[in-house]
Amino acid sequence: MIVAERKPFSEILSMVENYSKIIVLGCGSCVTICMAGGEEEVKILASQLRLAFKKDKKNVEVEEFMALRQCDDEFMDDPVLIEKVQAADVVISMACGVGVQHATAFFNRVITDSPTRIVPALNTTFMGANIGVGVWEERCVGCGDCVLEKTGGICPVTRCAKSLLNGPCGGSSNGSCEINKDTECAWHLIVERLKALDELDRIKPVEMYKDWRPSHDGGPRKIVREDMRL
Amino acid sequence: MKSGSNLERLLEKGEFVVTGELGPPKGPDAEVVKKKAAMLKGNVDAVNITDNQTAIVRMSSIAAAKILLDEGLEPNMQMVARDRNRIAMMSDLFGATAFGIKNMLCLSGDHQSFGNHPEAKNVFDIDSIQMIYMVKTMRDEQKVICGEDIEGEFKMFIGAACNPFADPFWYRLHRLEKKVEAGVDFIQTQCIYDMARFKEFMKQVVDLGLHEKCKILAGITPLKSVGMARYMAANVSGITIPEDTINRLRGAGKGNVANEGIKIACEQMQEMQEMEGIAGVHLMAIEWEHRVAEIMEMAGMLPRPTV
Amino acid sequence: MKAFEPKIVAFCCHYCALAAADVAGKMGFQIPSNIRIIRVLCTGKVEVLHILKAFEAGADGVVVIGCKFGECYFKEGNFRAAKKVERVQSLIEEVGLEGERVKFDFVPGPGAKKFAAILSDMTEKVKSMGPNPLGQ
Repeated sequence: MIVAERKPFSEILSMVENYSKIIVLGCGSCVTICMAGGEEEVKILASQLRLAFKKDKKNVEVEEFMALRQCDDEFMDDPVLIEKVQAADVVISMACGVGVQHATAFFNRVITDSPTRIVPALNTTFMGANIGVGVWEERCVGCGDCVLEKTGGICPVTRCAKSLLNGPCGGSSNGSCEINKDTECAWHLIVERLKALDELDRIKPVEMYKDWRPSHDGGPRKIVREDMRL
Repeated sequence: MKSGSNLERLLEKGEFVVTGELGPPKGPDAEVVKKKAAMLKGNVDAVNITDNQTAIVRMSSIAAAKILLDEGLEPNMQMVARDRNRIAMMSDLFGATAFGIKNMLCLSGDHQSFGNHPEAKNVFDIDSIQMIYMVKTMRDEQKVICGEDIEGEFKMFIGAACNPFADPFWYRLHRLEKKVEAGVDFIQTQCIYDMARFKEFMKQVVDLGLHEKCKILAGITPLKSVGMARYMAANVSGITIPEDTINRLRGAGKGNVANEGIKIACEQMQEMQEMEGIAGVHLMAIEWEHRVAEIMEMAGMLPRPTV
Repeated sequence: MKAFEPKIVAFCCHYCALAAADVAGKMGFQIPSNIRIIRVLCTGKVEVLHILKAFEAGADGVVVIGCKFGECYFKEGNFRAAKKVERVQSLIEEVGLEGERVKFDFVPGPGAKKFAAILSDMTEKVKSMGPNPLGQ
């Protein structure tokens, strides 16, 4: 899932300090799971905002709302929400970068009498898994051409700091990557896994140059399922 | 001949070669390069020029290599996968041949987080083994990666590195095999201190016949102090320094430790000459270029052969 | 002018903390009027938001009193509470309130004396910090 972290409060405050009607909009999907922008985080941020505005004796209204997802129109197409957004000066979206952008586009499309201002409360970081209580780690960079079958289920593009396809490099030490003792050397994991599977032959031939075109180097990628479109 | 370089011809003839190393300055001062070159001239057969080593910005390897050529030495240009994509690499390689640079090494490169610009985006479009294959294709098929013909003749003698004791240790031989398969012509190992362990490694290399498919140069770095030994053992992957060596350095007495380190290095160089599968030595006397002549003299390896 | 009487909210767990309060009461100790006691089954039930709301409502200080580590009736409730209090400390510092206005503490068994001391110490500390400028 997408993993994100909330921005420091001071940064969020600076985005909205000149407004008097704010709505904090959370997202019930990925950011709820990684405890960055779900219901609880919405309430906490709203509470902090109220306290902070009291400091400057400002009379500010802070509303709280949850959308199940902000990256799909259907989940924001709620008349109650739309009304609240219309009434607000600014929306603090606690969704990931995808949600913030999609919500901005959605509300600006359905609310036509005035533009909708949306600011991000989170720094969206990576696609990752929950590997322990309160711990998430990156697992996929979306290279568009998955090689996991060849590497025993461990991604060298994501987990190797150099994205080597013919690793490990000479910096692998005691199973750790040279950049950080706490980072596992992906290629160490891969060769050990393939050894256990008796499939070392998979990486015997030189893996050829990667075609990076399916990856993120050519602007925003798009997938269209023609069979789903009328 | 793959490039007809001095290094290649000496190796072809069966001479025990010695390569040196030179780190370019953190700026455009060609004089620094010339001064270091002067210390190495005539004392080694070819000189490695590092490529933004440890991700610290220095004069480019290709530029420093050209300066070396002009001074009458033979450079081994180094190219890391960290800073250039395939387009820039092939482009620089054309330029290298145009300048008359005939040897190069294909390396991964230290991660940018080690250097003085950790905020930079890295490249790693292709890795070191793919780089070897790329240069070989350019040379043997005279084509770039996409299959288009190269205008003019591209020549290069291809090298790479090998760290026989890095982890996972059991896989290191496989990795060397892969580099040979990709088309490498010569290999320089990481600096060796544990001779016994290295002998074991070389035995496996010889058993697989890898030493016949590429020329292997053993890395030697003379130790200047016990502190340096400890530092390397703690910070460089795969380096272990036998207690004997440490004791010798300790017992050398004040002011004499560096000399003892040089003595040990010379002994190693002589031992390497006898070791099966070793075609030469890569002497990495970083920031100690002024003592290379002395080391080579003590090891009985001067004058260098000509071919 | 009336001296500043800090409003302290004390989240007390049903087991050690309130047992201590009980014994204290029997020993003649009166809970001062500036303290508002909120009983929770276990301090592990106290949420970050509860404490923030207390400050929003005008509390000058908040103390969460649970069992000694290792003696929590629900095993780790007090550990969780301590962690949440740490989080609240940084959250309120982000908005400009002193982190010391919130604290986690524990009482051993029916530690009446300690219970009373926690409340009076917190009162004194908050008194020196002054009233919550961000409350109601």
